[in-house]
Amino acid sequence: MDNTPCITISGLTVSYGSFVLMHDVDATINRGDVFIIMGGSGCGKSTLLRVLIGLKEPSAGSVHYGDLDFWGATPARRQAAMRRAGVLFQSGALWSSMTLAENVGLPLQLHTSLSAADIREQASLKLAMAGLAGFEDYYPSEISGGMRKRAGLARALALDPDIIFLDEPSAGLDPLSARLLDDLILELRETLDKTFVIVTHELASIFAIGSNSVFLDAGSRTALAHGNPGALLEAPDTNPLVRRFLLRGAAE
Amino acid sequence: MPAPPYLRHDLNDGILTVQVGGEWKLGRPAPSGCRDAQRALEEPGLTALRLCAGDDLGAWDSSLISVLFHLARTARARSLPIHDADLPQGLSRLLTLTLAVPSKEGSERRAGEKGLLAAVGGMALRLPAVCSEVLSFIGDVACALARLCRGRTDMRRQDFIAAMHECGVGALPIISLTSMLFGLILAFVGAVQLTQFGAQIYVAGLVGIGMLRVMGAVMVGVVMSGRVGAAYAALIGTMQVNEEVDALATLGVSPMEFLVLPRMLALSLMVPLLTVYADVMGIAGGFVVGACMLDISPLEYLSATASMVSFRQGLIGLTYATVFGIIIALAGCYQGLRCGRSAAAVGMATTAAVVQSIVWIIVATAIITVICNVLGI
Repeated sequence: MDNTPCITISGLTVSYGSFVLMHDVDATINRGDVFIIMGGSGCGKSTLLRVLIGLKEPSAGSVHYGDLDFWGATPARRQAAMRRAGVLFQSGALWSSMTLAENVGLPLQLHTSLSAADIREQASLKLAMAGLAGFEDYYPSEISGGMRKRAGLARALALDPDIIFLDEPSAGLDPLSARLLDDLILELRETLDKTFVIVTHELASIFAIGSNSVFLDAGSRTALAHGNPGALLEAPDTNPLVRRFLLRGAAE
Repeated sequence: MPAPPYLRHDLNDGILTVQVGGEWKLGRPAPSGCRDAQRALEEPGLTALRLCAGDDLGAWDSSLISVLFHLARTARARSLPIHDADLPQGLSRLLTLTLAVPSKEGSERRAGEKGLLAAVGGMALRLPAVCSEVLSFIGDVACALARLCRGRTDMRRQDFIAAMHECGVGALPIISLTSMLFGLILAFVGAVQLTQFGAQIYVAGLVGIGMLRVMGAVMVGVVMSGRVGAAYAALIGTMQVNEEVDALATLGVSPMEFLVLPRMLALSLMVPLLTVYADVMGIAGGFVVGACMLDISPLEYLSATASMVSFRQGLIGLTYATVFGIIIALAGCYQGLRCGRSAAAVGMATTAAVVQSIVWIIVATAIITVICNVLGI
């Protein structure tokens, strides 16, 4: 990890109409981080992720990808920046009319000049990396929820992105599958030097893989803490609400 | 016989003591003491609320918790301390659980019914936003079309071919049936009047011109609205629910080019072709009536049809059909893309797509008919 800022969030405010979901959120995501966006239900974790991936425009503040002011840039420059990113949505969001190989191959087909055979080979490779070797010709409806998540991760890896965004990757998975997914994320981070931004409230995952984090609070509608989850738990000046969350409500 | 439930209250030194007893079961009328206790709790000068159970408290269920919850919530709203140590342990714990998370400020919704005037006013206020949304959608489709013409599109050829297959070949059986029956009905209706003065040969012209000029296209338009427009809205709506459209957007792929364009082009190509087919089937339906029931020889019927209909009428019919194809695709895709993220929203989008397609088909028919009339064609 080289501690170079990869994404910088400054004074971010996000609203739905007149309802302010979060305000004045600051955070820095460094290259090589496994950055966790955590907090209770309804605090705006997934919305913050949608802001980072270009699906929801903030009402104030900025998001910088390196030097690029993401929301101040033209849509074309935003799209170009997003080509360096892969996204795994909560439900997997695989295109149901396509096989897994076609799902993983579509980004390559649209954004590279690879031949059909090369695309197929790349798709097989990415599926194998996600533990789905041999499932190339299956449709999303023919595989389990956990496999769909892994196929979604394979698709997120298709363009060899620098940053990978994951929205609640372990939601709905049994503990073993969730652990396997965590291991896969760590493996990819170690071997391919990727940066991960993960929305989750699974404490096991937060401590197992998180190297940096931000804690959003639904009550005050802002970020209450920012830093390594383990260090936040140890630090004496950590907000009591954050500490309670990290201790799963247990008494200190 | 279970003991009837009761709730008594007693005020002593500012402390309101509420005692419950008997057997509490959902469905039984609440004891009258509940309302009295609630009223007493709203009196000024109280310092605490004490909840206790009588010795005769038997079986209880949610009906008792509900009554105590209301009292406790009122007391909490008045910042009165609540003492529930004299309640059975289970009851006390459940009450604590229900009170553990206070209701979120501002989260309650007022259900109040809207009057007719307010509803009409609300619709009028929303109208500019809806118009701007529709125009923006049409503008986006036009931009996508321009990118296609410049050869810089995200539209995939296989999606276009699949869409053509889905809305073309797949619709042949239902188009055959409805068009033939429609031709048959048209011939019957015409024959009733025309046979009265021996002009039944004009049934051939009535059916031929009617089908070619407008009715074939309208028939296909209405059938395709229900069959294909609804399917597009449901498909794209479900993709919204499953975040598949978001996944496209994050890849820098325009949903307009990837989802809307192939479907719109396929429909604007296939509806005219299906209309030609529907025209032939409608004429065949009229032919059956003419030849079998009106004593017109088959050759006579066909030559009368050929002499009365013209190529121009066929072209006018194809103009209607192309417009209808675009309307059906736009209504289906628009409703799908603006669909909410729930199963109910998909259902509403599907219904709206069909209704809007049919309404706009009728409006477009009227407009094109008036234009043709003004132009004298």
